[in-house]
Amino acid sequence: MASSPASGSRLWETDPILTVEHLFMRFGGLVAVNDLSFNVGRGDITALIGPNGAGKTTVFNCITGFYKPSAGRLALAHRRAATPAEIDAATAIGERSLATGDAAVYLLERLPDYRVSGEAKVARTFQNIRLFTGMTVLENLMVAQHNALMRASGYSLRGLFGLPSWGRAARAATEKATFWLDKVGLLERADDPAGDLPYGAQRRLEIARAMCSDPILLCLDEPAAGLNPRESLELNTLLRSIRADHGTSILLIEHDMSVVMEISDHVVVLDYGTKISDGTPEAVKSDPRVIAAYLGVDEDAVEEAGAEIEEIVQTGAAS
Amino acid sequence: MAAQIAEPAAGGTGAPARADSFGPALKDALIAGLVTLGLLGPLVGFHAVVKDEGMNGQAALGLDYRPGLVAIMVGIVFAGRLLLNLTVWSPNRVVATRSGPTVFDRIGTTLGPAIKPALLAFAVGFPFLAAFLMGGLNESRYLVDVGILILTYVMLGWGLNIVVGLAGLLDLGYVAFYAVGAYTYALLATSAPINDFFAGLLGATFWANWAFWICLPLAGVFAGLWGMILGFPVLRLRGDYLAIVTLAFGEIIRLVLINWVDFTGGGAGIASIPRATFFGIPFNASEDGFAARFGLDFNPMHRIVFLYFVILALALVTAFATVRLRKLPVGRAWEALREDEIACRSLGINTTNVKLSAFATGAMFGGFAGCFFAVRAGFVSPESFTFDISAMILAIVVLGGMGSQIGVAVAAAVMMGGMELLRNLGFLSNVFGPGFDPTQYRMLLFGLAMVAIMVWKPRGLVSTREPTIFLKERKAVSGDLVKEGHG
Amino acid sequence: MDIFVQQLINGLTLGSIYGLIAIGYTMVFGIIGMVNFAHGDVFMVSAFIALICFLLLTTVLGITSIFLALAIVLVVAMFFTALTNWAIERVAYRPLRGSFRLAPMISAIGMSILLANFVQVSQGPRNKPVPPMIGDVIVLMERDGYQVTLAWKQVIIMVLTAALLGGFWYLVQKTSLGRAQRACEQDRKMAALLGINVDHTISLTFVIGAALAAVAGVMYLMYYGVVNFADGFVPGVKAFTAAVLGGIGSLPGAVLGGLLIGLIETFWSAYFSIEYKDVAAFSILAVTLIFLPQGLLGRPEVEKV
Repeated sequence: MASSPASGSRLWETDPILTVEHLFMRFGGLVAVNDLSFNVGRGDITALIGPNGAGKTTVFNCITGFYKPSAGRLALAHRRAATPAEIDAATAIGERSLATGDAAVYLLERLPDYRVSGEAKVARTFQNIRLFTGMTVLENLMVAQHNALMRASGYSLRGLFGLPSWGRAARAATEKATFWLDKVGLLERADDPAGDLPYGAQRRLEIARAMCSDPILLCLDEPAAGLNPRESLELNTLLRSIRADHGTSILLIEHDMSVVMEISDHVVVLDYGTKISDGTPEAVKSDPRVIAAYLGVDEDAVEEAGAEIEEIVQTGAAS
Repeated sequence: MAAQIAEPAAGGTGAPARADSFGPALKDALIAGLVTLGLLGPLVGFHAVVKDEGMNGQAALGLDYRPGLVAIMVGIVFAGRLLLNLTVWSPNRVVATRSGPTVFDRIGTTLGPAIKPALLAFAVGFPFLAAFLMGGLNESRYLVDVGILILTYVMLGWGLNIVVGLAGLLDLGYVAFYAVGAYTYALLATSAPINDFFAGLLGATFWANWAFWICLPLAGVFAGLWGMILGFPVLRLRGDYLAIVTLAFGEIIRLVLINWVDFTGGGAGIASIPRATFFGIPFNASEDGFAARFGLDFNPMHRIVFLYFVILALALVTAFATVRLRKLPVGRAWEALREDEIACRSLGINTTNVKLSAFATGAMFGGFAGCFFAVRAGFVSPESFTFDISAMILAIVVLGGMGSQIGVAVAAAVMMGGMELLRNLGFLSNVFGPGFDPTQYRMLLFGLAMVAIMVWKPRGLVSTREPTIFLKERKAVSGDLVKEGHG
Repeated sequence: MDIFVQQLINGLTLGSIYGLIAIGYTMVFGIIGMVNFAHGDVFMVSAFIALICFLLLTTVLGITSIFLALAIVLVVAMFFTALTNWAIERVAYRPLRGSFRLAPMISAIGMSILLANFVQVSQGPRNKPVPPMIGDVIVLMERDGYQVTLAWKQVIIMVLTAALLGGFWYLVQKTSLGRAQRACEQDRKMAALLGINVDHTISLTFVIGAALAAVAGVMYLMYYGVVNFADGFVPGVKAFTAAVLGGIGSLPGAVLGGLLIGLIETFWSAYFSIEYKDVAAFSILAVTLIFLPQGLLGRPEVEKV
């Protein structure tokens, strides 16, 4: 699962890992997501941006199974991109997933939330951090390996009697947790309660926890929110390394444009639940519709904003 | 007694305003006294007495008056409140922060690892200690009986602790599983067809001698199965709804036990259930009996002491299994579920299965305890499985500190021991008059204790949480960070 | 047919009582999101207060007009029950606001046990019968010796319930208290920022709930003529069932649920088995919560992620 850095090649068109087609989400009379279609490229860092209330988190909740979409298809392809024919076949037979030799298609809209993570291997973090605050940092990472450990413990029977195979699995799980703790710089705090960590560390721990469930697609809901510039920079490094070393594709919601413009390969812009722009960061930031959506349609403001974004991007790149 | 209810009633009312003024304190105390008068006046001051009039047996009500009692209670509240306003609640006093480890936690850390073996040694040696202290085996009967009672509740507390303390699911119908266990044993052990079947196969006394040991695992399995059957439809519900539905299930099972007379014997219950045996050897005076086989003089206390060790062993199995399960993925998932159900689902954990496993495991231990109850009492009836029992077990778990094993054990000993103590307060009738019966205040005190714990120490005796795994150093997690029960 | 009409009347009477208690559950749940487990016992306490007041009026003060006595009993019971519930909220629930979610519920369970046993200790465990208060009945129809009757006390119960509900609806919909209450339901913090005294509003909610429960208590005593310290539990659970069935948080729902539960209970007793009538009520509770947790008139909840 080697990833190719997305220089110039538009992976979301040639090798999509997730295909969102005609997604609708209604709450009563409110249409939060309106006919949204986009692709997420395999090995890409894709950013989903948009003004407040644009429906970004709702899209996330649909992808990760917490909301059932009102309509639409969310096809996740394991190993290689699924052909439209394969996706249609999976849709037609009414199954939740379809494995065809070298690939597998999961129709996320049909999976309950825990199976989106457990089987389709889509992990997520939350806008308002959801750690197990009363458990230690290490325990948080052990819980993330629940399904694998459950099988290793013989659904508790082997573990209850302390068989050696369980001991090996438990040690391996601890090692994996240690690896990720080291990676996010929390090894020293492994035995502290997660709730005692400072905010930035909690954000990193949540990412480490999501990674412990071995995802192929990692969905991050505003990972840079509340971070100071230094932490923001560390986050960029972490996300790049996750993509490069583990081949995990990343989909993130972010308001911090310096993060978005610097690390993403592909940007999708939402406004009022509809897609208004989709392309490389360079293409998106000069799209007048995006500027208008962020700052209203006043001509002067649009120009000003364009300059401002330019400036942010340059400082972001320089730092 | 009831005066205490009202005492903190005005606890929240305006805190004394100025540092130097006696006036506000007095006014506040007066209001508290008046509120107490209003609360207690009607129901304590007057007593509707049923008077049987003449021969026709027509009951009629008359009124008695107890103004003195109300006056005393109001006086206590007034004086107590005034005193508190001037001292503890005085605005001059610096308020200590409430969080941080409790006294009990500190005792726990200082005594550290010594406390568990010490308690265990005490529990194992208790019957002998009792016999020694009371000067004979027969004289120790009462103490050993109390020990059995306490250990039964320790076990029930530990069983419910899995559901409420670890998984954070408020189960108000736990007594149903206790009942399932008890009735499983009672029905199977007294069943004539089973007895005849084994009589033809393995001898006439086989079933009577072995019923308990064969039914014990069955009782646990059945109770666990019932836990799954009842749990499956309701575990999607939010915490407080779940509590009410489990309460309803508990009541349904009890009402069915009362009304299905053909099967359960109805309200009269099931009597003459076979007694426990020493692994097939009955405790009787016969040649094959326990005493004769082991060259002892026959004494009915042998069976009681044996029962004590049976329940001790069962309780320890519960504790051991819980400790073990907590370190397994399923146990960690229980605690993670208590912390944040949505995060659990985002990590691929099937929360329904996790809840179900907690529910069934807790129910199983309740079933074991129920089986033991039936063999100890030799009699079961629906009367023994009321909501009050569920509430008592819950109170033990809550007082102990949800999730803490030592805390639950100590809470069970304090609460059940305290109840027993009430029986021995007969001398108080010299003070309060001959009609005074301390045992009738049992449940009143229990209810009061539950409210008081929630108001003053919602985290219970042991408020810290032991982590299940550590890299370098085991650090206890402060109770303030641990979430209890989820929405 | 005759039996059916008779049971319909009986069921609606019983349902009115349940409906009045259910409002207390639904209001408290609406405003602080807790199941006030002790509410059934508050109802029982109110019946005892009514009993004592009634005895005092008839045997000691010698009031002969039963309607005058009832009116006084109603006011007295409402006052003292409201005071009791006010104190309960102060002592057992208010300190727990902001504690973990199940804390107030556990406290309420303790309070329920406390109230029942307080009454048992102070008034004794025996049933307390009162002489029949209003014995007159109206014969609606008569066929083959079977009379369908409407007792005056049933008329009183239904009329009083309807009148109270009207007044209560006015209170919630049209007054500033009702507005404050609805604001607290939506967002307590914001309501406080806008100058609503949240503590005061919550206290008043408990007071109103208790006053309605007291009316139910008086009518229960009048209707059945007997009360016992354990009478809070089962009617309490049934009223809670009514609140859930109607959609917890919805006031018309509570009344509708109460009437339905009353009807189901009487018809079940009449046509199936009286032994299993409580089982039926408990089963409805379980089935409603499992399959229709938002109730008949409630709004479905969207899980916040």
